[in-house]
Amino acid sequence: MSEGQDGRAAIRVRSAELGVAAFFLIIGALVVYDSVRLGIGWADDGPRPGYFPFYLGAIICVSSLINVVRALLVPAAKNKTFVEVGQLRMVLMMLVPTAVYVAAVTWIGIYVSSTIFIGLFMRWLGKYAWWKAAVVSIGVSVVFFVIFEIWFKVPLPKGPVEGWLGLD
Amino acid sequence: MDEIQSLIHGFGVAMTLMNLVLMFTGVVLGVIIGVLPGLGGANGVAILLPLTFGMAQQPGGATSAIILLSCIYWGALFGGAITSILFNIPGEPWSVATTFDGYPLAQKGRAGAALTAAFTSSFVGALIAVIMITFLSPVVANFALAFGPPEFFAVYFLTFCAFVGTSKEPAFKTLAAMMLGFSLAAVGTDPVTGALRLTFGSTHLLTGFDFLVAVIGLFGIGEILLTLEEGLEFRGTKAKIDLNVVLQTWKELPRYWLTSVRSSVVGCFMGIVPGGATPASFMSYGVARRFSKDGEKFGTGMVEGVVAPETAAHAAGTAALLPMITLGVPGSPTAAVLLGGLMIWGLQPGPLLFIEQKDFVWGLIASMYLGNIAGLIVVLTCVPLFAAILRVPFAVIAPVIMVICAIGAYTVHNAIFDVWMMVVFGALGYLFKKLQYPLAPLVLAIVLGDAAEAAFRQALLGSQGDLTIFFSNGLVGTLTAVGLALLFWPLISWLLARVRER
Repeated sequence: MSEGQDGRAAIRVRSAELGVAAFFLIIGALVVYDSVRLGIGWADDGPRPGYFPFYLGAIICVSSLINVVRALLVPAAKNKTFVEVGQLRMVLMMLVPTAVYVAAVTWIGIYVSSTIFIGLFMRWLGKYAWWKAAVVSIGVSVVFFVIFEIWFKVPLPKGPVEGWLGLD
Repeated sequence: MDEIQSLIHGFGVAMTLMNLVLMFTGVVLGVIIGVLPGLGGANGVAILLPLTFGMAQQPGGATSAIILLSCIYWGALFGGAITSILFNIPGEPWSVATTFDGYPLAQKGRAGAALTAAFTSSFVGALIAVIMITFLSPVVANFALAFGPPEFFAVYFLTFCAFVGTSKEPAFKTLAAMMLGFSLAAVGTDPVTGALRLTFGSTHLLTGFDFLVAVIGLFGIGEILLTLEEGLEFRGTKAKIDLNVVLQTWKELPRYWLTSVRSSVVGCFMGIVPGGATPASFMSYGVARRFSKDGEKFGTGMVEGVVAPETAAHAAGTAALLPMITLGVPGSPTAAVLLGGLMIWGLQPGPLLFIEQKDFVWGLIASMYLGNIAGLIVVLTCVPLFAAILRVPFAVIAPVIMVICAIGAYTVHNAIFDVWMMVVFGALGYLFKKLQYPLAPLVLAIVLGDAAEAAFRQALLGSQGDLTIFFSNGLVGTLTAVGLALLFWPLISWLLARVRER
């Protein structure tokens, strides 16, 4: 991969601004919607449950609409790069494995998935030899096991491997 | 004087062997947290908070727990300076200004002097702020005892308006982020009527969003993603501090006493109003440059340029605890997490704390003196050790921190759903940070949302829905008016600029 490709803009600031503003707009609309359902007025015993959140939602909607307009007013020449292709790849290289890692925790427990996660990450990003990655990742997991399960007695999710080792 | 007596009593509470051990543990952990990218004061404390649940149940345990957590905070404040000076990487936002002169000093081979100056002035700043807390907080608490719901809501209102008025982020982004925080706080069971709000049928959301999970995601994961994006290479200078360097630097430091005093005042003030340590450090760096004889040499490696921001950052970080313990309104995200901790342990922050939990409050204040002394000793003696942590390559550090964050999020409620939420908050934190949506008001709103709404509803119940209750007497009226002025300050200053242009 050449340098030039990695430096290209993957997303520009305006698109990012619009995306995040749209996110806020959706949240604001949801808050307003649910507040109206609960009642935004005044009952015999005081303000109804939606009274306070309604205004929160309304302010979110108004603010994000203004943010949308402000983003649209940015001239094309000033529409800088939000994230470059290479940078986005790095961020996704962290974010996607993390999501897989969290999913794996449910099935094989936190210690085994942490070992795999740290090991693979060292291998991919750090280009470490397999044995180095294995030693570090297993070592870290063992340290965590000692700290949480033995010292602080905080049980973390465990899977079949801990069962085989009789560590449950 | 009453305060002195209470303080001596507090030292008695704080000076048990167990608490002293916790103090040093906290400081060491805090420095490590401050040195590592992705683990700052706020999320470091958030990750460790669940581990104190058990500790706080024992008699006197809440004091030990707060000592541990607040010492992590002091440690993180100290730790930020190490990375700034040796690696030109601010480990914490409030140590950005320290890089301006700290890193050039290190390049000139005076890293030891820069570090000694930074640590010592951190200590001085914190000490001045703690002295202020000792004498001012009983006064403030006493004053606040007369507060009713309208006054409390007005204080919250003022706090949040101050974010809009003083932040460098665009006003409408600040508003949107803040209201998102309040909305997240509202999710779950309505405390007054028991109605389910904003859960949309999800059982996971019955108890609402936990601010700890949000903090770990927004600050921890978000920060890691940002660091990854910059493709960090740690290229640092070597540091060795020996007694000789320390003594020599200490001989030089009294020359900058005026800068220290000025920076402490700026820091204390910015810490009490929810400006926080970061703007305080920039502000006092700017002030020091303007008033210094060698102002034009700032940025080339002046010891004075390290003294100014470090004093202010530490003073502000410490002063942020004053409104937290007296009013229940934290002055910084980390103080917000500590406040959340108090609530989880079953302590109601606010003026009553000074009457009902004397041991706790004065134990905490006494531990601030001791904790900062412990901090100074630890950082002066262990710098090479902490710098070595930074030489561990990022490909190892990043996944390990991710795992720590995941464990931290899981332990809050023993729920894997929270870990998913942490990842979502992490992605949001990355986007928000890059697009200048401020995170501090968001976090403060999640922590204070329920209390603010309760105060608002009680105030309105008292007045039968009449909003003029917030102007019904001089005190509440002034608070509300100042809040409104701050809220509309961006608009006012824009209009003023317009008029002046004509």
